[in-house]
Amino acid sequence: MTDQSALARPAAQTPPQVNWFSRKIHKSETFRAYAVLSPALLFLGFAILIPFAILVVLSFWTPVGFDFNREFTLKNYRDIMERPIYGTLLWRSLWISTMATVFTVLLCYPMAYYVAFHVHRNKMVWIVLMTLPFWTSYLLRVFAWKVVLGYEGVINSGLIWVGWIEEPLKFLLYSPSAVIITLAHAWAAFAILPLYVSLEKIDKSLLEAATDLGDGPMRRFFRITLPLSLPGVISASILIFIPTTGDYITPALLGGPNGMMIGNLIQMQFGPTNNWPMGAALAIVLMLTIAAICAAFILITFFVRKRIT
Amino acid sequence: MSTDSYINRPNRPLQVYALIFLIVLYLPILFLPLFSFNDSIYVRFPMQGFTVQWYYDLMARSAVWAALMNSVKVGVAVSIVSTVLGIFAAKAITRYRFFGKEPIVIFIMLPLVVPLIIFGVALLVLFAQLLGVPLSLYTVAFGHLILCIPFSTAVLMPRFEGFDPAIEEASADLGENAWWTFWRVTFPMILPGVVASLLLCFTVSFDEFIMAFFLTGTDATLPMYIWGQLRFPQQFPSVLALSSLVIIGSFIIVLLGLWINRDADMTKTKAGTDA
Repeated sequence: MTDQSALARPAAQTPPQVNWFSRKIHKSETFRAYAVLSPALLFLGFAILIPFAILVVLSFWTPVGFDFNREFTLKNYRDIMERPIYGTLLWRSLWISTMATVFTVLLCYPMAYYVAFHVHRNKMVWIVLMTLPFWTSYLLRVFAWKVVLGYEGVINSGLIWVGWIEEPLKFLLYSPSAVIITLAHAWAAFAILPLYVSLEKIDKSLLEAATDLGDGPMRRFFRITLPLSLPGVISASILIFIPTTGDYITPALLGGPNGMMIGNLIQMQFGPTNNWPMGAALAIVLMLTIAAICAAFILITFFVRKRIT
Repeated sequence: MSTDSYINRPNRPLQVYALIFLIVLYLPILFLPLFSFNDSIYVRFPMQGFTVQWYYDLMARSAVWAALMNSVKVGVAVSIVSTVLGIFAAKAITRYRFFGKEPIVIFIMLPLVVPLIIFGVALLVLFAQLLGVPLSLYTVAFGHLILCIPFSTAVLMPRFEGFDPAIEEASADLGENAWWTFWRVTFPMILPGVVASLLLCFTVSFDEFIMAFFLTGTDATLPMYIWGQLRFPQQFPSVLALSSLVIIGSFIIVLLGLWINRDADMTKTKAGTDA
């Protein structure tokens, strides 16, 4: 792959002359494809791979004042294993984002189902309505939840105003549940789209057949619709789980001390604590953990699907 | 009797659920504009009466205008560059069958899923450690490009799939070179997608916070400015006013983009599955 893109790179800049190279390029579709892809691919390659490589190198260093001790050491990783604060925050991040993922998928499934099966006109309007907030500022959507859940926020002051409660409910803001609610709300579009796509693809005649053969609505759903929409459920889960695990804004604004997540810890290493190598190591550990969990999840669902189909 | 497709039978509970879902989706955001007109520095019920003073207050601040201009500059530059790169990428992915397509598509789409904090710190290390580049609006724009290229590509892919490559071939057969075939045939066909990509990428960059958080130098973007103001409770009403304007502006731009591109069904293209 890489050698082809490397070959295609000079080709993109050479004017089309009759030489060996351009003949080669006109003949091979792969060469042409990589030539056309090269601007985006080179940029993303440079902007993603090199910083990651540096991050990996940095994670094996240690800070010395404002500089680094460039001697290779596993100290940062050892610290992450040994000091409970890191493990605790990593576990909490995984737990919070698992909860957010489960809630989001469960709540979005009926919605995607409704649009896929029961909306017949203006489906696009529904899809736009469901995904529109997702395009706008994540920061402001989280801020809106702070306004809603705050100690003197919409819910508390509203309930006091109508006389249902005397004291503000303290558990609303600055808690893991506030983070879970906000994450589930903010990432809904990421669940709706894959769920909708997989439900929309289901051949309606299969459902007719199940009905004709005597399945009731419940059996039909669990034997046909749900198994066939599993790919959507899986991609929705992954699409929400990965970004929410490393989220920074939501726990920073709504988490409080008990809702702090690994993203906040990483930011602290690059900010106030000024221990960049530790921050780099935490970022690497976070990525590896996410990758391992996703791989395990995909494998498990793969075997489960094999057994039920 | 029930041979009439049950699918067409309306499902009341599901309809009610869908309605509640949409209300819950939009309600929290609507509280921002609602309370931005509230004549009190406290965000709480009962509301104290109507005022537009927070908006006037906002207009008088030069820092808001400076941040707005910074965000617009970055947004315009990022949307143009990412759309150009997205055109190339979308064309290659949809027009050619080639070795390694699926991993390449996944790689391009990766920034949509990977926590942005990781890109933020990785780029910070790149600029500060390896290149020694001072943080500025350029570094912010660089970060936003990573995020916007996948968006451009995803928006433009259905446009390329939506028209017959034979039209391009016909143009080539009739003697146009690749350059003019692109401008006279391909570009007009994908134009709605290009406009949509420009508008959507502008919004994404304009509203992006995490990358800016790590990569901003002395010039703050608008989300950075808002973040800074969140620390001061007495600034809450003006932040609400500013947030309302930003959200309404974003909604309008995004709706415009999606409307212009309305005949391209983005849900029909699933990155990588066509390989």
